[in-house]
Formats: sequence, structure tokens, C-alpha cells
Amino acid sequence: MDSVTSDARAPLSASADNGLKIVIVGGFGVGKTTLVRSVSEIRPLNTEETMTQAGEAVDDISEVRGKSATTVAFDFGRITLDTHNILYLFGAPGQERFWFLWDRLFSGTLGAIVLVDTRRIDESWYAIDRLEHHGTPFIVACNDFGGPPHTPAQIREALDLDPHVPLLDCDARSRESSKQVLITLVEHLQSHYARHGATAAEGALQSPEPAL
Amino acid sequence: MSRPGRDDAPDRLYTLTGGRTRSGSDTPFDLVTLVVAECDPVVGMQSEHAAILRMCERPTAVVEIAAELNLPVSITRVLLSDLLSTGRVSARHPHTTVPSGLPDPDILEQVLVGLRNL
Repeated sequence: MDSVTSDARAPLSASADNGLKIVIVGGFGVGKTTLVRSVSEIRPLNTEETMTQAGEAVDDISEVRGKSATTVAFDFGRITLDTHNILYLFGAPGQERFWFLWDRLFSGTLGAIVLVDTRRIDESWYAIDRLEHHGTPFIVACNDFGGPPHTPAQIREALDLDPHVPLLDCDARSRESSKQVLITLVEHLQSHYARHGATAAEGALQSPEPAL
Repeated sequence: MSRPGRDDAPDRLYTLTGGRTRSGSDTPFDLVTLVVAECDPVVGMQSEHAAILRMCERPTAVVEIAAELNLPVSITRVLLSDLLSTGRVSARHPHTTVPSGLPDPDILEQVLVGLRNL
């Protein structure tokens, strides 16, 4: 029935009611869009947010007139998980000015994937620092560019990575590999929040109300 | 100085919103809030509003609307607030956390199941 056009949008089910976010952060050319494309049910789309040079998203037209405005662009794709939950994957540039928009765009994100090119590990330092600052749980995925092999221990040390943070290799061109990266993140979120929950439960044990 | 492209001039974008720049804090449209049209476009309606209503016959995320309209997210939010305040669209906001503020374990499990089924 439906006519198929080359650029047809794929509509969601009428029952879709819960949008979820995962952000993929990494430097230019590290493979963010490739990873999104590997698992997305739609061709990755691009959109933007406008902000002033002061680093604030545009809220007032007088700010735009007073200071020149800059635009930060980002890619995204989509995965329909079930009849209710729709997962949106955002490929976000790791550069400094982008982080001013983090709260506005990515508050409430489930978690983040830091995509690393092991030939340029130092480019990931800033992103990891900012994610820790924002309290966003994340994993690190090294996209295989065929560079000289590094042991996981070497990469952990170079990134000064918390031992709880999972580190894995991936091939962003591969759907299966990219899917595994996403699964690793969500499993990490489960154990991360289980630890948080345990901390909360310990607090409850000290309260007059008996826990359990 | 070269003439800026039509879509490169932020001032022009604000003519779409009548100069208004805030979408109202009582209607926080998340990037992934799913918007659903509650009526058909009518004659005389602002073309961006009509485009949103056509696009949202099925649930459509704010970020998809912004990409489709080729407008910044903040401008799109203002347009959506107009439509929401007049009842022309409804908004399905994300629900990912339990009251303590931590992510809902049931939702995380559903995400995992969905990903494994890909």
C-alpha cells in the first residue's frame, strides 16, 4: 500500500511513548556516525543547536545581536526497541564548546560511549573528564583503525580509567560489533546503578524503618 | 564580506517564532519527547506549524522534527510550544527514572532485551 520513496521517513508505531538517549562522544573522524549508521533503523540525520560565543544556547534574540552566534551540529539515529521504547543514538563532537550544550541537549541520557582512536588517545581525555564531571556513566570503546596494538592495561593507564569502567574493542562498521558496544553500556548501567542502589539500601538500614 | 546563506542567519529564524525565544519552562520538550498531532493542518496556519502537524501523524521526536525542518532545536521547541498550548499536539515526555532519580531498572532491562533482539 505504502508508496516507497528513496527518502521516505520511517514512522514510529502509534504506541511509541518513551524516547531514550545514548550519546556517543569522540573526536573528529573517530567513527561516531559510522557506529550510529551501523545500528540505526533510519539513515543518520543531522541537526543543530545555536548558541552564542559565550557558550550559551540562544535564549534571547538580543544575545544573538550582541554576540555572534555559533552552531553546534550533531548526528543521530534511531532504534525501535519495542512497542513503547525508542532509543535515540547521538553522535556528539567532543570539542570544548560542545560541552556547554550538554545539559540542554543530553540531560537524562542513559549513558555515554566514548569512542577512541588508539592512535590519538589524548583526544579522549577531555571527553572523559567532562562525563565524570556531569556524573554520566560511560564505557570506552576503541574503534579498530589497524594501528599498533595496545594492551587494555596500556589504554586504561593512558586514559587513567576507573577500574569499574568497561573497555572494549569494536569495529564501528559492523552492526554486530556496534550492537555489542551498546549492550556492554547497558549492562554497565545496570551494575553501576545496582551499586548506587546498594549504597541507598545501606543508608536505609541505618534508618529507624527496617529495610526489607 | 560574503552574503550569509539563508539558513545561516539566526535573526531570520526568530521571525518564525515572532521574536519569541523561550519555549516556557512549564513545557520542557526533551530532544526525545515524542510529539503527536491532535488535529490536521488548517488553511492559514504558519507553514512550519502545518509541517509539524503533517510530520506528527505518528509519534515523532523533537530532534527528528528539528532535522526535518532544518531548524535549530531551540527554535523547534518554541514552535512546538505554540502547538502544545493550543492543544494541536500532545507530548509524550521520556520516563526513564524512578522517584529517587535513578534510572528505572525495568526500563534498563527493556533496553537490553530490545538491543539483544536486534
